[in-house]
Amino acid sequence: MLRLEKITIAQGDFLLKADFRVTPGRKTAVIGPSGAGKSTLLGAIGGFLPLAGGKLWYRDAEITEAKPGQRPIAMLFQDNNLFPHLSIARNIGLGIRPDLKLSPEDHARVAKALERVGLHGMGDRKPGELSGGQQSRAALARVLVQDRPVILLDEPFAALGPALRHEMLDLVHDLSDEANATLLMVTHDPQDVRRIADDVIFVEGGRAAAPQPAAALLENPPPALQAYLG
Amino acid sequence: MVAGGFVVAAVLLAFLGIGLRAEVGRGIGPAEWAAIRFTVLQAALSAILSVACAIPLARALARRRFFGRGFLITLLGAPFILPVIVAVLGLLTVFGRSGWVNALLQVAGLPTLSIYGLHGVVLAHVFFNLPLATRLLLQGWQSIPAERFRLAAQLNLPPKMVRRTLETPLLLQVVPGAAALVFVICLTSFAVALTLGGGPRATTIELAIYQAFRFDFDLARAALLSFIQLVLAGGAALVALWIIPNFSLSAGLDREMRRWDAQPGLQSMMDAGVIFLGSAFLLVPLGAIVLAGVPGLALMPLSVWKTAGNSLGVAVLSVAVLLSIALPMAGWISTRRAGGAEAIGLIGLSASPLMIGTGWFILINPVTDPVPLALLVTALINALMALPFALRILVPPTREVLTTYDRLSRSLGLQGWSAWRWLVLPRLRAQIGFTAGLTGALSVGDLGVIALFADPDRATLPLQMYRLMGAYRTEAAAGAALLLLAMALALFWICDKGGRWRAEA
Repeated sequence: MLRLEKITIAQGDFLLKADFRVTPGRKTAVIGPSGAGKSTLLGAIGGFLPLAGGKLWYRDAEITEAKPGQRPIAMLFQDNNLFPHLSIARNIGLGIRPDLKLSPEDHARVAKALERVGLHGMGDRKPGELSGGQQSRAALARVLVQDRPVILLDEPFAALGPALRHEMLDLVHDLSDEANATLLMVTHDPQDVRRIADDVIFVEGGRAAAPQPAAALLENPPPALQAYLG
Repeated sequence: MVAGGFVVAAVLLAFLGIGLRAEVGRGIGPAEWAAIRFTVLQAALSAILSVACAIPLARALARRRFFGRGFLITLLGAPFILPVIVAVLGLLTVFGRSGWVNALLQVAGLPTLSIYGLHGVVLAHVFFNLPLATRLLLQGWQSIPAERFRLAAQLNLPPKMVRRTLETPLLLQVVPGAAALVFVICLTSFAVALTLGGGPRATTIELAIYQAFRFDFDLARAALLSFIQLVLAGGAALVALWIIPNFSLSAGLDREMRRWDAQPGLQSMMDAGVIFLGSAFLLVPLGAIVLAGVPGLALMPLSVWKTAGNSLGVAVLSVAVLLSIALPMAGWISTRRAGGAEAIGLIGLSASPLMIGTGWFILINPVTDPVPLALLVTALINALMALPFALRILVPPTREVLTTYDRLSRSLGLQGWSAWRWLVLPRLRAQIGFTAGLTGALSVGDLGVIALFADPDRATLPLQMYRLMGAYRTEAAAGAALLLLAMALALFWICDKGGRWRAEA
């Protein structure tokens, strides 16, 4: 279980506070107006932004100071999720071992992950030879082999068209179910929330609220969320 | 950091050596003053002439489109990898005592020219630095947004007004920096002064170090001169650092830009004339090397091939040393704020090869015989000299790679050797190849510190070529020049192509 204990993130004048726990295995959407700090929140959980205060826990271990790669977290960003000079198979392999010294079993895992996301036999290609949707699938295959209990998605599908984005969200939904992972994803679109989210974290006014069940929240939004949804 | 420490140590050791022997109390005598005066004079003249000729050439290249323009602009980069001694031989073939120009003058019944002395040194420096200055100015011209030229065309500004509104402000910005860079480069010139200068009236400080060392074996005087060189070149580099433009060695300067102010008629003819003269000045000596060299190839003594092998070894070692210093330094500098690279560049600009060579010789001499180390020392110093260029090429893309893929690498735990192996090296392949090519070409053609240390058994090809020239074996020297030119070009080409071969997007 991921726990944010009275954390404060400071970026210049901007302050964001959060104090809640995320139930394991739930899929949580992070929504809120632009500039409210959705990406900031995920960046801090991922370890890319230092905390100005508070503590971050996973189960019984404090991970406030842990490096990004040492946290029980796999993360996808808005862009640059793949190294363009490495083949898809190597990009995925980096999720198993950063030095790419892969055993035959590791190679088999990479192949299996490729197959799972529908990129069977495309391991030797470079990202540039794939379509945008296929690149997203490759990045998800890496998340799959990273095999971390928490997955953070900072709008990695924002550049895709609506149909492809829905396809990716469905894939994310299935993958995190299969891995029994906790998912936190930033989104702008209430449709996305309805599509895969169990819970919603609403970020606004310098505060990230505790996760609320999505269906109930969207049915009966508090005034701030109502203003955002329009 | 270790690599940076190595560089600083190498240079500091040289300073220590010089400090041990320089007897500043002995004072600066008339010979030293003459060397200082000549050094500054020839550097100033070279800088002024190079830039003065570069302005019309760059202007013509900027506003004209013609067949071979891209080739000509590529050629402007060639002097970077052209061995100095080869260029000098080419210039001698054209402008020398029995060269082509003098032959024409004789036919016409006019008095002949001598290339030796001040004007020869300046001529050779202009040959090398006119292309550099032209590239810098051309870069400036191309930094003027196309929209401004479009606006000028829309307002129907005459060429005079285009010059005043667009070109003059740009020139005021770029010219001082270009001149300063040429000035600093020419301050530490050795091979040109060695071959075309000499005598009490045409000796640079660098050459005076060599003479004190080789002819008189007066280490105290060589150390004193090294100290003077350090103060002069270091001071000039410090001043120049503020105004030297951020030149790029590889940027594509052949971007198409429509110029509406380019006019037919007189202006077009003058541009054509300038381009013709400029390219002839650069191409004819190069052609002369090939023409004179082909028959000379058969006349080369065996020693030429042996020294060619030595030169190749020196070049390969230089490249290896350079890369093993420059890459970690580039990585280190890239993670810090801008500023460090400039400091290292400053060390490179202010430390002249013969000065460092003298310092090291003084330190090595009491311990062991420095002569057997001649080739090793040459390779190390060549690597050191290429370092400022290498960092200029490597640091910006390293910084970009580390910024772009910072979060992804951190989220994957990609660090240390793995980050080099899978991220930085593959992304920087093209730049690494280019750097290695430049270093290899510079090193294989260098005639500098090897002249200090060498004995008859240990020479590099440029030194052997110089000896052949000194022994008036002109044809054999021309053959060696062609061989050396081919080696420099081949080294550059192989490394540069190797870096880009099957390079991924």
